[in-house]
Amino acid sequence: MTTFAKLMGAASVALCTFASAPVLAEGGTLVIGSTQTPRHLNGSVQSGIATAVPSTQLFASPLRYDENWEPQPYLAESWSVAEDGLSVTLNLVQGATFHDGMPITSEDVAFSIMNTKENHPFKSMFDPVDTIETPDAHTVIINLSKPHPALLLALSPALAPVLPKHIYGDGQDPKTHPANSDPVGSGPFILEEFTPGQAIVMKKNPDFFIEGRPKLDEIIIRLIKDESALLIAMENGEADMYPFMAQSTSIKRLEKDENLIVTAEGYAAVGPINWLAFNLESPKLSDVRVRQAIAYATDRTFITKALHRGTSSAQRGPIIESSPFFDETIPAYDVDLEKAQALMAEAGFADGMELTIDFIPGPKEQQQSIAEYLKSQLKKIGIDVTVRAAPDFPTWAGRIASHDFELTMDLVFNWGDPVIGVHRTYLSDNIIKGVIWSNTQSYSNAKVDELLNAAAVETDAAKRKDLYAQFQQIVAADLPVYWINATPYHTAYNAKLLNPPLGIWGTMHPMDTVEWAE
Amino acid sequence: MTASFLLRRLFYGILLMLGVVVLNFLLIRLAPGDPATVIAGEMGGATQEMLESIREDYGLNKPLMTQLWIYVSGVATGDMGQSFFFNQSVTSLIAARVGPTILLVLTAQFLSILLGVFMGVIASRKPNGILSGFVSVFATIGYAVPVFWTGIMLIIVFASVIPIFPVEGMQSVKLRNASYITQAVDIAHHLVLPAFTLAIIYLAQYARLSRASMLEVLGSDYIRTARAKGASEGSVLFKHALRNAALPILTVAGLQFGNLISGALLVETVFNWPGMGRLAFDSILRRDYPTILGVLFFASAMVVIANLITDLSYRWADPRLRGR
Repeated sequence: MTTFAKLMGAASVALCTFASAPVLAEGGTLVIGSTQTPRHLNGSVQSGIATAVPSTQLFASPLRYDENWEPQPYLAESWSVAEDGLSVTLNLVQGATFHDGMPITSEDVAFSIMNTKENHPFKSMFDPVDTIETPDAHTVIINLSKPHPALLLALSPALAPVLPKHIYGDGQDPKTHPANSDPVGSGPFILEEFTPGQAIVMKKNPDFFIEGRPKLDEIIIRLIKDESALLIAMENGEADMYPFMAQSTSIKRLEKDENLIVTAEGYAAVGPINWLAFNLESPKLSDVRVRQAIAYATDRTFITKALHRGTSSAQRGPIIESSPFFDETIPAYDVDLEKAQALMAEAGFADGMELTIDFIPGPKEQQQSIAEYLKSQLKKIGIDVTVRAAPDFPTWAGRIASHDFELTMDLVFNWGDPVIGVHRTYLSDNIIKGVIWSNTQSYSNAKVDELLNAAAVETDAAKRKDLYAQFQQIVAADLPVYWINATPYHTAYNAKLLNPPLGIWGTMHPMDTVEWAE
Repeated sequence: MTASFLLRRLFYGILLMLGVVVLNFLLIRLAPGDPATVIAGEMGGATQEMLESIREDYGLNKPLMTQLWIYVSGVATGDMGQSFFFNQSVTSLIAARVGPTILLVLTAQFLSILLGVFMGVIASRKPNGILSGFVSVFATIGYAVPVFWTGIMLIIVFASVIPIFPVEGMQSVKLRNASYITQAVDIAHHLVLPAFTLAIIYLAQYARLSRASMLEVLGSDYIRTARAKGASEGSVLFKHALRNAALPILTVAGLQFGNLISGALLVETVFNWPGMGRLAFDSILRRDYPTILGVLFFASAMVVIANLITDLSYRWADPRLRGR
């Protein structure tokens, strides 16, 4: 055969191979761009998306959730809730191991839940957990002091990573344990490199307990603080995914890129709500008619359509509208300036009043722009608003936590179940000076306390939904907070990426099924 | 150069550093906001007990003067404390960041002196010529334009419109396991835009300064003598004139070092360069006191050392100072 013929032969073989190549690419690297810097990688002692995104790749947890809010097996292959609701039994999968090869036993699960109960900032998650029994290596019985319907959701990867007891049980403080920055988990990916403030590199766990997963070889989280740089990285293909994107200009810009898909899916359990909070200790705002007047004067549609260019959606109540617990009959307070003026007059402020509004410094669209819009809008009903800027987050947080404010724009997450992220804002026993994102409004209503406490232990889903419906009607009338919009979180990702994490927890969910198309 | 001169300078340097440590410590406490609230906020809310335990963990519940004493005595023994945010020793955090900052600052310093002095010298040949006019205009604009604006413009032009340079960071994540040579090329590639951004302001100043300084020297008698002896124009400019004109340039180069470090803070922030400036910026927003203080300490130490080197090189360049 001549050289030419050999070459032709080789070329035709190559062509055939190319033509019949599989649709799915083997392995590959996923680069996630993020503006959020994690303190460390252990979601058991730290809430927030910055830690949860890597933590859910590194640690497995008892259950995981599908896009319909239904629990699915993960480390627990099955589970059952006792009829009286006072205990939950988890049956763990056999043969699962930590990244260091040690088997995962019921001891590890029990240790982890107790550790999270003690050290995680969301006290309500595991507060009712009394004792945990471990009759054998693969059975965990969680005994509760009262029924706790939020328990199963709290066993999600974002909230309940299973830690290795043989590492964390050494007596060191779990909040500052050295392993938090160098974790040994049992998730689909193993930590390879963590450079604080710069990058997190995770490689495939070859011994992952779910056969054939993960699909990717590697996930790299690049921390890029400057959003414009991150956008260029997405456009240039240097980054493949940008979750928690909130600026309408960024969303609109990446939507134009044909190589990217931009979606608002995947934030249902996060439930990020942007709202105007009232300080009810202020004599001007203690009158509900003033708060209602402000609500009637504010145009949510203008905010979502004009200020946010249609990227955000209106939010009418304390529970995110994509949650099954949201009550659709909640009053909307559609704009009605005459009614607002009448309410002001009834409350004895016919001559108007002066108010100060704070906002979280940082991205302007959600916070400062709305504060400034309110300044011009509330003038129409005689309220003279001064916008008080804080130079940075600590200054704002210090003012709000010490109740030194009248109005403030704020952003608070629902965190899946109302028990975890909603109750804290409205329960009267959570009025704690010095603590941000407690009940800084000083709102106190005995009926609301009663409803929330009842809903926290109600195991009948329909009855629970009804209790939350009543709660929503009351707070919508009382208005300790005027809810404005859901933060327009979007995820942009490379169009060649299959099974992107768009369930209720978004990227705070194991990415073991994510893969590249050819 | 005498040993007593060096010792005296070192002693003043240490005294200065002590002053810097105490002043920084007190200044940063004047900023509103409580690190415990921030940490609790980062954690997603908290209880009163958690806030108190955070304050206790980080010694924030002790009287201010006690905290100052603990801090100063720690620094004296080389312990810069633990970062509130990352829970790692400040020394290790800074150690990882010093290299990138020094690389950026020295490259920018080198670029600005080299190009600036060259432009100044060329401009001084014909003080009323077109080239000289161009240098003056460029110098004025370069000096007047804010560094972050230059950075953003360079990003738009060279990373977005014509994407030939990477937009951020110091290394491509995907190349981190490549050979050393590939990695070095990759870092150099990432260094171009930030180093030029930082160099542009100072480049302009060197150009102006060296032009003025050269013009002064070129009018003196010994230059006329050199020319009369038949020395080439290049030799006159770079050998005879520049050495004498270099004194003010050296002084300014030393003084500029402090400015370069503060300029690096902005450039690092714009380009996501993983240096101390970026760390300082983020730490201030988090009220991470030990890290802020650590960065300020290292930055001040670098300035003090740079000034010392300036003094020494001044003596090297000007023999008249050596006896003093």
